[in-house]
Amino acid sequence: MGRLFAVEIVYRGIFQKTLAKNISRAIVLAAHEEGKPGISFGRYGDSPERNGIPAKSFAIVATDDQTLEEGMAKYEPKEVDITIVVDDTLFKGVESWAWYGLQPINRLLKPGGTLIVTSREEPETLIGMSHRKEVPYQLAIVKAIPSFSGLWVYKDDHTDVRILGAIPKVLPELFSLESVQKVILADTKNSLKATSAARSHERTTTVTVRPGQGNPEEPFRFEFPKWHEMREGITIPSIPAGHAMRDPQNQQSGGYQPARNPTFKKYTTRTMRPVVNFDTCIKCTLCWLQCPDSCFDVTPEGLYDANMEACCGCGVCEAVCPVKDCVTMVNEVAFQDNASQWEMWRKDKAVYQGWLKGKIESRPERSHGFRYRGQYQEQVAEMAELGVEGSSKKAKEEPARVTRGA
Amino acid sequence: MAVTTVPTVESSKGTEKTALITGSEAIAVACKLADVDVITAYPIRPYDTVMQYVAKLVADGEMDCEYIVAEGEHSQFEIVKHASAVGARVFCGSSGVGWMYAMEALTVTPALRIPMVAMVGNRALDDPGAFGVEHNDALAVRDLGWQLVWVDNAQEALDTALIAYRVAEDRRIFLPCAISCDGAFLTHSQALVKIPSQENVNAFLPRYDRGDLLLHPDNPISVAPQANEDWVMEIRRQNYAAMERSAGVIREAYADFERIFDRSYGNPFFEEYQTEDADVVLLGMGTVSIPIKVAIRQMRKEGKKVGLIRMRWFRPFAAEELTKSLSRFAAVGVIDRDYSFGSPYMSGVLATEVRSALYASPGKKPPVLDFIAGLGGREVRVPDVQKMTEAVYQAAEGKPQPLTQWIGLRE
Repeated sequence: MGRLFAVEIVYRGIFQKTLAKNISRAIVLAAHEEGKPGISFGRYGDSPERNGIPAKSFAIVATDDQTLEEGMAKYEPKEVDITIVVDDTLFKGVESWAWYGLQPINRLLKPGGTLIVTSREEPETLIGMSHRKEVPYQLAIVKAIPSFSGLWVYKDDHTDVRILGAIPKVLPELFSLESVQKVILADTKNSLKATSAARSHERTTTVTVRPGQGNPEEPFRFEFPKWHEMREGITIPSIPAGHAMRDPQNQQSGGYQPARNPTFKKYTTRTMRPVVNFDTCIKCTLCWLQCPDSCFDVTPEGLYDANMEACCGCGVCEAVCPVKDCVTMVNEVAFQDNASQWEMWRKDKAVYQGWLKGKIESRPERSHGFRYRGQYQEQVAEMAELGVEGSSKKAKEEPARVTRGA
Repeated sequence: MAVTTVPTVESSKGTEKTALITGSEAIAVACKLADVDVITAYPIRPYDTVMQYVAKLVADGEMDCEYIVAEGEHSQFEIVKHASAVGARVFCGSSGVGWMYAMEALTVTPALRIPMVAMVGNRALDDPGAFGVEHNDALAVRDLGWQLVWVDNAQEALDTALIAYRVAEDRRIFLPCAISCDGAFLTHSQALVKIPSQENVNAFLPRYDRGDLLLHPDNPISVAPQANEDWVMEIRRQNYAAMERSAGVIREAYADFERIFDRSYGNPFFEEYQTEDADVVLLGMGTVSIPIKVAIRQMRKEGKKVGLIRMRWFRPFAAEELTKSLSRFAAVGVIDRDYSFGSPYMSGVLATEVRSALYASPGKKPPVLDFIAGLGGREVRVPDVQKMTEAVYQAAEGKPQPLTQWIGLRE
């Protein structure tokens, strides 16, 4: 038997579906340049047509056809040589739309395998976000704003070719830089993209993530029931009614916290989270009313606390809030846990205001698509510049954090 | 009770009365006796005769039910599916391409464990547009979890409809049941039928209790969520288990039926006619039994020991009992009022199933010939049956015969 290579690309539904497919296809085509057969596919059980839902594409390559069949005989690879993560917030773990629980981003990586991620964060931040693993692995960061686009449009910002250029650096046996450049040129007729791939190849370095480094949280998981344990008639029990909330400061009871699905939490869909200024909230109910995920808990005093175990980060609350700067969406990488903002505010309002100000003022750039007219075009140019030149003017001015008006 | 919907010769025999009614009316009377809650209708011949009789029963104040005329068969079956989910006893039906138009609803009904009882007035599938009987309509759902039963007279239609509710609504089963009635021969011809008393029907048929699957605010559940490959096999296995239990529940129901109504059908799964000493046997479903029985009596006068097996229940298929019975004969001739183009040996559905059952059976495996006959409602005549029997005898003597023959064809 020859050698089997497996690469997974973890991406966000709709926003990065085309990006993931482009990377996956190019991997197979580049390996094919060197005579290796391969296949490229999206995980069929995923829901890549839903906004932000974590999903996967796979590229399986082998040194010969029979070895490739060993890989094809599995529904999806059980371990991979490379995990490509095209959005750094996925480092907190992924929950696809089934009963899978929370899967660490590094779960499928072989010992010594490499996580390649597009991010503007430092390695320490990213390692802190991902779950601990018992074996060491490598981390390679392609400096970029996570590339988000839509179902019908593709943000052609060189993210794909920069990742493709990084691959032969960390796994030269899969394909060479020359092979992937050939594929890029044939596919795009754009020599700048081949240059981007080469620059990325030059710049890619890895850091070793040691066992025990990372988030110590035990990811939530579930056992599948046996057929005779399941309810008949394709029926499932509904989510029960909710209950009152308790104020941890004065033990006052009131408000309403809806009960939620314990087996499908969905919050890894989130790339941004709302932070709420409870001191300016006018209790108008609009965020609570409009939230498509019923994520707002009603506090005893009638405020609305976005529950981070339920929030998908859509940003509707920010859009409908009539009070200036009362609800602000902030990049998910700025947070370490899902703790209640309201409880923090109840504990010490001054401390909370300081925390809130810090989160809003230094928030890392993040958006679904674009947040103002022309942003998209700016980002494409900026990222292409970063890819080809190795740096962009903006990146020099503001190396990691960019503040933009909402 | 009075069946005032039709001019009948009524005579009272104990608590039972006798009425002159069609097979379709017999089904309508069963709906009344079963106190069905929701009925949906959409006209297509020959099924529409049932909806006409039910409509009259409702209009005359003899029957109390929601009677909904849908805008097509798909909605017709969807409406009763939902009504059944909230605890209503339901009835529905169609024929030919109408049944096929409802196909999506027909597939989800057993999957959701909906104990719908439906009547299929068997009709040839279009094209050509034809009213006459073929069994391909009902047989199209044979793999999906529908219990399928064929009857050959109006009395049996009425009785089987009551039994169908009893079996379908049994919590161990909760699978739909379709009663096939041959278009014209059964749906449109009147016969004397004993109408059971309401008291006896009440004793036989308990109320429909949806139990833990009831869609109701007091039992909050979601029905039919999307599921991926991690769930589908377990869901299918549950329906497999339900269908596996069906035969036992059918036996119980027939035993209770005999006890309460003092009318016996013997083996629930198939009727045997003059098989005790038979050399060869013919096997069919539905009203084709009548010319076969006439032909058998004639042939027996000529010394030919021929018998008939008339299949009632096609799903569940009583493979063990049937093959045990068939092992007694030198050869079997199956009469298929259906077709299955491109099937093994180009045979009809019934013959293919019978051969499949025999292959894994422990006993003797007689040769099985198939006769495609009576399609589109064409008459199966006594000489046709004699011709088939001749071929079966040839096969019994080891003389090679075509495995599939068309009978009654202009050629």
